[in-house]
Amino acid sequence: MHDLHDFEDVKIPIGPQHPALKEPESFLISLRGEKITASSVRLGYNHRGIEKACEERTYTQGLYLIERICGICSHSHSTCFVQAVEEIAGIEVTARAKYLRTLIGELERIHSHLLWLGVAGHEIGFDTLLMYTWRDREVVMDLLATLTGNRVNYGINTVGGVRRDISSKQKEEVLKAIDILEERTKYYIDLAKGETTLIKRLQGVGVLSHEDAEKLDAVGPTARASGIERDVRKDDPYAAYGELDFKVISVNSCDVYGRTLVRLGELMESFSLVRQIIRKIPDGPILIKSSRKIPAGEAVSRYEAPRGEDLHYVRANGTEKPDRVKVRAPTLANIQSVSKMLEDRYLADMPIVIAAIDPCFSCTDRLVAIHSHGDIPRANKELRGYALAGKNTIVWETLRLKGIEWYKNRGIDFTSLNEKLTKLL
Amino acid sequence: MLKALFHILIFPGLLFLFIFGFFAEYVDRKLYARFQNRIGPPWFQPLADFIKLISKQEIIPEEADSNVFKLMPLLALAASSVAILYIPILGERSVFSFNGDVIVVLYLLTVPTFAYFLGGWYSRSVYSMIGAVRSLTQLFAYEVPLFLCILASAMLADTWSLSGIAAFYNQHIGYWFCNIIGFVVALICLLGKLEKVPFDIPEAETEIVAGSFTEYNARLLAFIRMSFNVEMVVGASLLAAVFLPFGLNLPPAAVFLCYLIQVLIIIAAISFLRTLFARLRLDQMINFCWKYLAPLAFLQVLFNLTLKVVLPR
Repeated sequence: MHDLHDFEDVKIPIGPQHPALKEPESFLISLRGEKITASSVRLGYNHRGIEKACEERTYTQGLYLIERICGICSHSHSTCFVQAVEEIAGIEVTARAKYLRTLIGELERIHSHLLWLGVAGHEIGFDTLLMYTWRDREVVMDLLATLTGNRVNYGINTVGGVRRDISSKQKEEVLKAIDILEERTKYYIDLAKGETTLIKRLQGVGVLSHEDAEKLDAVGPTARASGIERDVRKDDPYAAYGELDFKVISVNSCDVYGRTLVRLGELMESFSLVRQIIRKIPDGPILIKSSRKIPAGEAVSRYEAPRGEDLHYVRANGTEKPDRVKVRAPTLANIQSVSKMLEDRYLADMPIVIAAIDPCFSCTDRLVAIHSHGDIPRANKELRGYALAGKNTIVWETLRLKGIEWYKNRGIDFTSLNEKLTKLL
Repeated sequence: MLKALFHILIFPGLLFLFIFGFFAEYVDRKLYARFQNRIGPPWFQPLADFIKLISKQEIIPEEADSNVFKLMPLLALAASSVAILYIPILGERSVFSFNGDVIVVLYLLTVPTFAYFLGGWYSRSVYSMIGAVRSLTQLFAYEVPLFLCILASAMLADTWSLSGIAAFYNQHIGYWFCNIIGFVVALICLLGKLEKVPFDIPEAETEIVAGSFTEYNARLLAFIRMSFNVEMVVGASLLAAVFLPFGLNLPPAAVFLCYLIQVLIIIAAISFLRTLFARLRLDQMINFCWKYLAPLAFLQVLFNLTLKVVLPR
């Protein structure tokens, strides 16, 4: 007879492909019964090399690439980047453009938080909430489409201002939509405060104490639910936030339920912000023409994305292309706290705890790590050599040459095309 | 002999159960969708799903015990199909009946859960194994209150046969109201048996993919889905026979219609309940069943026992 304690922990892989995850990433979870005893995170399935690609493009081209870092907080990334570029170039954006950026930013926050609420509902098996919130989210999506022409990647930012103005008819549309959304959000707040199964699944789950949140540098709603009043919009006002009146929502419950309440509270604040913007928006031009070449210099820009503080660093060298672009997406700051939150929890809590930081893994991936399991195919012998030697980095030029060679071996050769292109330029 | 074959294969046996099972799935999915502000599937969707699954290539995991893996869906389907023969659906009498068939039916309805457990366990995938253990753990939570409620109603009727129970309540309509607590508790337990929200813990999609059924596909998955449909119909019929026995004195066609309506009411109640809640955690579910459902079921037993002494026959 086996003693119960003789059994080893069961290891279950969550990801890289798993119904709970919207993007490929991998969690390895050790279970004893239903309890989680250990967990580890592995990222790097979705690395796209955007930072490097930006160095190969002009600022305007890079802006559109930067916007595609995240499918949900696209405006956050593009605003953050463009603010850094404008700081280097010494461009002061007009007040109307600032207000428009803020407007789109707040609408984006509304759509992101509604999306999160639906995802959270799905993770705890409450599909009705998912269907309801995503239906209501359509209202704000349609609004963004009428204002910018796109539902997701708005393409409204440009160096020196914004590309589209808002008409008085559109202003009315915005106000109307905000009224509908406010009413629906009040319903969700009632639901979150009254629905027993929802509260049971969220309260006391994924606890991140105030001290841990400070120590692990949590940002955004994750930090604010642990009682840290940290919000870039208040601490370091950018765009039009300095002239607008709003509260930083924070609670002290430190759990997933608190994160839900923070996001719901932020929705209400966003509605009030949008109304203020529509009321206060000044007249004037929306765009200042700027030169394609940005003078040498460097800048760091911060932006409060729906998921937390987003940070961009840009270094310019006086040409049309940046020297270096560095993006620190909010998920990178929050992902460290997930292991802490999963300590001593049940398997059933795992999806909602991960979802509660509102992760965006493709924004976070910065490298592809090669693990030496010894079973890497022979074609990658050299890469395996790197892994075995414990070298985790390959020089960019080596990797580029390797890429060219790899394609050449398969009969794809761009050398002649490249020469033509060089001649043309 | 021919008559028995007719009963087993056509009515109320396999053919009827299959058709009604598809219809029940459609009603459940459509209502669930409408409650969630979606359009929902067209009427032939369950049938189309079934045909699609049947025609797909079958893959059995190398690690799995292929005999058990293949047998279990059929066992589940067979067990729940047999149970309908002992449930009175046309009037007061079921097709086959003997004193004590209520116990047999209850155990026949437990067999599918064990079949899912074994099928999941022998798939040898971590998700399946966790799902299998969960479905068995869940079984111990809802089974006791469910049995108690149905047996409480049998106690009041003073018979151990389902036909007898139906006949008794048909003759004493007033007694039906005594079993309301039992009905509500049994309905909630049925949600657990059918693994529906808030008790869909064994197949919690976001945690363990599809639980016991993760490795199942093609024909075998079609049978599993079918056996869930049949279980839903049989479970609802059982509840209808025990707790909603009205309209049994009408002409045969009307009685059949009445039966359909009763079953559909119960199915509608199930789909309504599953729109309302989030999935509970396993420990919360067991707590809920033993803290609230089991005492309520005991209360029903106590109530019926007292009633039997107090009220004149």
